[in-house]
Amino acid sequence: MTKKIKAILALEDGSLWEGESFGAEGETSGEVVFNTSLSGYQEILTDPSYKGQIVLMTCSEIGNVGVNLDDTESHRPFTEGFVVREYLDRPSNWRSLYSLGEYMKQAGVVGIQGVDTRAITRRLRIEGAMRGIISTQDLDPQSLVKKAREVPSLVGIDLVKEVTCSEPYEWVEGLWSGTRYLFSPENKYRVPGKKGPKVVVCDFGVKRNILRGLVHAGFSVTVVPALTPARQILDYTPDGILLSNGPGDPAAVTYAVSTTQDLVGKVPILGICLGHQILGLACGLKTYKLKFGHHGGNHPVKDLKTGKVSITAQNHGFAVEIPSGGGSEFEVTEMNCNDQTVEGLKHRRYPIIAAQYHPEASPGPHDAAPLFQKFREMIENA
Amino acid sequence: MPKRTDIKKVLIIGSGPIVIGQACEFDYSGTQACKALREEGYSVVLINSNPATIMTDPEFADRTYIEPLTVEMIEKIIEKERPDVLLPTLGGQSALNLAIALAHRGILKRYGVELIGASVEAIEKAEDREKFKKAIQKVGLELPQSRCVRSVKEGLAFIDSIGFPAILRPSFTLGGTGGSIAYNREEFEAAIEWGIASSPVHEVLVEKSVLGWKEFELEVMRDRKDNVVIICSIENFDPMGIHTGDSITVAPAQTLTDKEYQILRDAAIRIIREIGVDTGGSNIQFAVNPKDGRMVVIEMNPRVSRSSALASKATGFPIAKIAAKLAVGYTLDEIPNDITRETPACFEPTIDYVVTKVPRFAFDKFPQADDTLTTQMKSVGEAMAIGRTFKESLQKAIRSLEIDRCGLDPVLEGDISRQEIEEKLKRPNADRLWAIADAYRHGFTTPEIYRLTAIDPWFLDNVCEIVEFEKAIQREKSGYGWLKEAKRLGFSDRRLAKLTGTTEEAIRSERKKQEIFVTFKRVDTCAAEFEAHTPYLYSTYEKEDEALIGDQGKKKVVILGGGPNRIGQGIEFDYCCVHGVLGLREEGYDVIMVNCNPETVSTDYDTSDKLYFEPLTLEDVLNIVHRERPEGVIVQFGGQTPLRLSVPLEKAGVRLLGTSSDSIDRAEDRERFQQLLEKLRLKQPPNGIARSLEAALKAAEKVGYPILVRPSYVLGGRGMKIVHEGRSLQEFMAEAVKISPEHPVLIDKFLEDAIEVDVDALSDGEEVYVGGIMEHIEEAGVHSGDSACSLPPFSLSPEIQGAIHQQTVALARELEVKGLMNVQYAIYRNEIYILEVNPRASRTVPFVSKATGVPLAKLAAKVMMGKKLKEFNLHGTKFSHVAVKEAVFPFIKFPNVDTILGPEMKSTGEVMGIDADFGSAYAKAQIAAGSSLPLQGTVVMTVKDSEKSAFAGLARELGELGFKICATQGTAAYFSDQGISVQRVNKVKEGRPHIVDAIKNGEIALVFNTVSSRDELQDSYSIRRTSLVKQVPYSTTLEGARAMVAGIRALKKQALQVCPLQEYLAATHL
Repeated sequence: MTKKIKAILALEDGSLWEGESFGAEGETSGEVVFNTSLSGYQEILTDPSYKGQIVLMTCSEIGNVGVNLDDTESHRPFTEGFVVREYLDRPSNWRSLYSLGEYMKQAGVVGIQGVDTRAITRRLRIEGAMRGIISTQDLDPQSLVKKAREVPSLVGIDLVKEVTCSEPYEWVEGLWSGTRYLFSPENKYRVPGKKGPKVVVCDFGVKRNILRGLVHAGFSVTVVPALTPARQILDYTPDGILLSNGPGDPAAVTYAVSTTQDLVGKVPILGICLGHQILGLACGLKTYKLKFGHHGGNHPVKDLKTGKVSITAQNHGFAVEIPSGGGSEFEVTEMNCNDQTVEGLKHRRYPIIAAQYHPEASPGPHDAAPLFQKFREMIENA
Repeated sequence: MPKRTDIKKVLIIGSGPIVIGQACEFDYSGTQACKALREEGYSVVLINSNPATIMTDPEFADRTYIEPLTVEMIEKIIEKERPDVLLPTLGGQSALNLAIALAHRGILKRYGVELIGASVEAIEKAEDREKFKKAIQKVGLELPQSRCVRSVKEGLAFIDSIGFPAILRPSFTLGGTGGSIAYNREEFEAAIEWGIASSPVHEVLVEKSVLGWKEFELEVMRDRKDNVVIICSIENFDPMGIHTGDSITVAPAQTLTDKEYQILRDAAIRIIREIGVDTGGSNIQFAVNPKDGRMVVIEMNPRVSRSSALASKATGFPIAKIAAKLAVGYTLDEIPNDITRETPACFEPTIDYVVTKVPRFAFDKFPQADDTLTTQMKSVGEAMAIGRTFKESLQKAIRSLEIDRCGLDPVLEGDISRQEIEEKLKRPNADRLWAIADAYRHGFTTPEIYRLTAIDPWFLDNVCEIVEFEKAIQREKSGYGWLKEAKRLGFSDRRLAKLTGTTEEAIRSERKKQEIFVTFKRVDTCAAEFEAHTPYLYSTYEKEDEALIGDQGKKKVVILGGGPNRIGQGIEFDYCCVHGVLGLREEGYDVIMVNCNPETVSTDYDTSDKLYFEPLTLEDVLNIVHRERPEGVIVQFGGQTPLRLSVPLEKAGVRLLGTSSDSIDRAEDRERFQQLLEKLRLKQPPNGIARSLEAALKAAEKVGYPILVRPSYVLGGRGMKIVHEGRSLQEFMAEAVKISPEHPVLIDKFLEDAIEVDVDALSDGEEVYVGGIMEHIEEAGVHSGDSACSLPPFSLSPEIQGAIHQQTVALARELEVKGLMNVQYAIYRNEIYILEVNPRASRTVPFVSKATGVPLAKLAAKVMMGKKLKEFNLHGTKFSHVAVKEAVFPFIKFPNVDTILGPEMKSTGEVMGIDADFGSAYAKAQIAAGSSLPLQGTVVMTVKDSEKSAFAGLARELGELGFKICATQGTAAYFSDQGISVQRVNKVKEGRPHIVDAIKNGEIALVFNTVSSRDELQDSYSIRRTSLVKQVPYSTTLEGARAMVAGIRALKKQALQVCPLQEYLAATHL
């Protein structure tokens, strides 16, 4: 029975969850969401889309495989805080370099463990996503609940500017394929020495695995900051444009929506997650906030044309409304089997497609990975 | 794609008797399939030889054939029933092998039966080692280097290219029978020989060892639109080299990064597509090198397996049910998820707890067996537990095992050297988990233990944390400040009491004082992302409780299940529990099931109204009772496990339903039982009780030899023994029994050559219904669970039967039995003796129910709630058929173990033969148990003196049937004197060629071997063992031999016919 540092998670509904601190000590706040992935906490922690959010992992054992150099989705963690049932500070994996606790401590991520994560998840499911605060400093219930209620809502807040890159850059690294013993996915596109089509990625908080996926599909990849105007993007003479994932409310990222409007019809475009929502807004669709969002690696998505289902990784709190009538520029190509929300869009006139799910997975299943190749085929046929 | 309308009738093949490697998980899967298909309006024809299954209940299929699982019998059924399709993927390896044989012999084609679920090509691609290898390489994956060999020579030619140790896997066997690990050339030669003998195609795969790599399994499902989902990942705590059935396993996988897990997932999807399993579930096993993540594929089961049962229970996703629906044309997205209702089955379950399965072994029953764990499965059952953390679920799983350990109790006590501990860690064995904890107690570090065991350090560290916590609370001088944390770590009250030198009650009251109460969480396939409509629960110590959500305020009854399978407590008791549930649901109760065996039908979430997947200990059961506040608890269906809890539960104020515990005590307490019999003027064999060796000898003299000795305290797993004289008694007492005033020894007169009779009855306290009188085929002295029996009796006079009936009624009335009662009688020189009375469900209840069509256990449950027998209209059961039950043994799995039967039970399962006459029914039971009676050839006899005249009669009969007789010296001489033509054969010690050579050379068709003395027993051991390995039918008892001859006579008269249970029963109730 080692001495443990107390931590408390308070939610805006007044509920208090006492546990132990792990990772950094201190205080952190944000919208509390639950993620149902069984693996990949390191990727989740470093996914820029979690800016503004405290992530609760429903998987009850976290930290088992430590932290390694390969499995990061950006240069640092963006998750505001981490809530887990049990964190064991004794990782075991051949690639592990740090324990999760050490890594979070270095990166300043506040975590709490030992709380009834299932009870909190049920609350979030029933009441919807809630604002919350984790603290190891202020242990006064009333004060914490008050602070939780003062956390700004994600609606109408532009979080993209906090996570986008400051300068354009090129990306060359491909998909992780483990050691030489592990098979690497079939790849007919990536021919050594041959330069593939050029894609410009608008970085709204892009996950590295999107970039790796593009490289894997044979693209040469340039990443530009979210505020880059359309003309400047077109100056790169891209063969295609990727609107990336990112955090928060798409409607708040007005500059991205208008940039996108300027790009529609000029270059083939693929939108992913937030990029999918921005494309929707740019073409006249509306977005809305989901009750508690989709965060996990087991979401079934049906291709409406073939009827086949892919198991996908998802991470979004907002969604695109189903276009009413036939007047929309988009047709819905894919739907979520669980709640019939829009998962895929295809422009009726231009080579533009979009996915609400994450074809890059990381963490999550690879069922949707062929989307990058589909993007490339769309460019080649445009 | 909706369901197919071009098919009407589906044939399902069950898996037959419970054996090591194939247990009740296939009753669970078959039952789910039957229910699912009938729900869709299909007509279901079922064949299974195992009467103790729920699926063979006449209500579960349209036509139920309890017939031997052979190609010949199935062909007859196909001819009669003309099913449109055959679904072979839900009856284990047995059903799969039969389906292939049916296809190869052109039977399916001849009758136009389509194979659904998996095609012959797919099954062969997965099962044939060479084809599998090609398929795996085709999709860019790796297998360990290997070659199939058919001789020692071929094996030796290959071994140099892979080196030692080498893994041997015989083709087409189940549970890895005949498999082993060879560390040197000598072991290798012996291992190949054994493997080739075990394989039905005489082929062994010699494989480069990946010992010490981590082992993972994925449960995969595919539909005919090619949608593929992974239901569950399972990680083996024990590394490669130990059969997964013998490994502790954990779900979900714990030590993989997402990148590594997705590689396994991608590989699994490629494999199921390449193998071409059209629809349904498959299990794929992988090994991963812990040093660099390198992955190899080990094997694939293109069917529902033990692991799929575990995965179903672990996630709440009903794999077998969904597999059945996919097989008839549905796609995953068309099938709703029962638990969430609003989402489809096309998704991957996610879980917010940790599941741990721990195997249950029976080495105490086979002291001569090698208990080293290898690639051949040796466990007889398993327990599963759910906890929020690995530590919690591990500790719960341990106490679910019922091996008298309430946690990580020390097993290496006293002065033990480091070297001894290292030995215990190095050699995989049933106690290794506890040895690891002991190693930590003796100062070993995780890297050291890892080096010796190759168990992933993450698991080891968790064990270490448990041990560290134990040390910490032992250091605490006073108070219970640590209690809440202890409970959250999964410690039982009993373990905490042991650690702190107090009582379980004291810990419990301390918990109450500190208000540390258990909470229950739901298993919902989705980690609470959607609302769960099925109350499938487990306990943990958290903030929120989900037990009573959605309760309708109906009256509740709790039924306690049977726990892990073991020898003596198997599927029969789960059958009774399920019937109890069904009966009470019919009466409008909310029925709450408590059990921890993942293989069972009782732990299906839709069997009961509420399922608690919990250990069956006093603490865990009381927790449930306190939360649910039921009308009462039923302990009489689940066998010994719940029965043991009856007194402590009653003491804790819990109301037990059915027969009072005082009545149970009257039947169990020796003195009170004697008074009871005296009062009723019934007889029992003379007996005595002894608290010292001298007293035992005296008591033995008084009752007269031979005697049956039963220690009330058992050491080294050795139980009952028949003893013929004083010297043997002294020896037995010295080596096997710890006698003392606290541990007396029970001594009964052994009634030699008596006929044993089992009776199952049902009573409401006033009226008594005798469900069935079963005459044992083996004489008294062979455990009733190991003996074949016939219903109705085949040799008892109507007078004796009438008297047995009367005595049963008298006993039930006197004991005021409310529910089931089993009585064991011995008929000795035309007198009836009572051996035992058990006022509870017995092992024979399912057999009797199948044979007579009266669902005894279901009615018993209703009686316990106050219904009267007369409401059931049970009179007028008339027999026009005979049902024979035969036991099935695990001897083939344990080299060096003798097959002789005795008072200690050794069988794992049972089969039933049913036909118009005893001979045919017995012959069917034999075939079903895997020993086909011969129609010609040579019968060899070597029998004890007292039985020589009886065997002479049999020899004559066999001679008339066209058999040649051959016998060893004494027997041959006796037969010659009787004018029987007999050929003499040498005993083993008389020089070669001898009897064993003849058996090995295939010259013998049938073996009769009975012995009287211990020397004879040792001499003839090799005869029995060789017969077993060479699959020559044999009997070690006179009565068994008699029945075999009756069976042969029946087979010679006419070919066996098939008839569904429904027809037999319709005739019975006319």
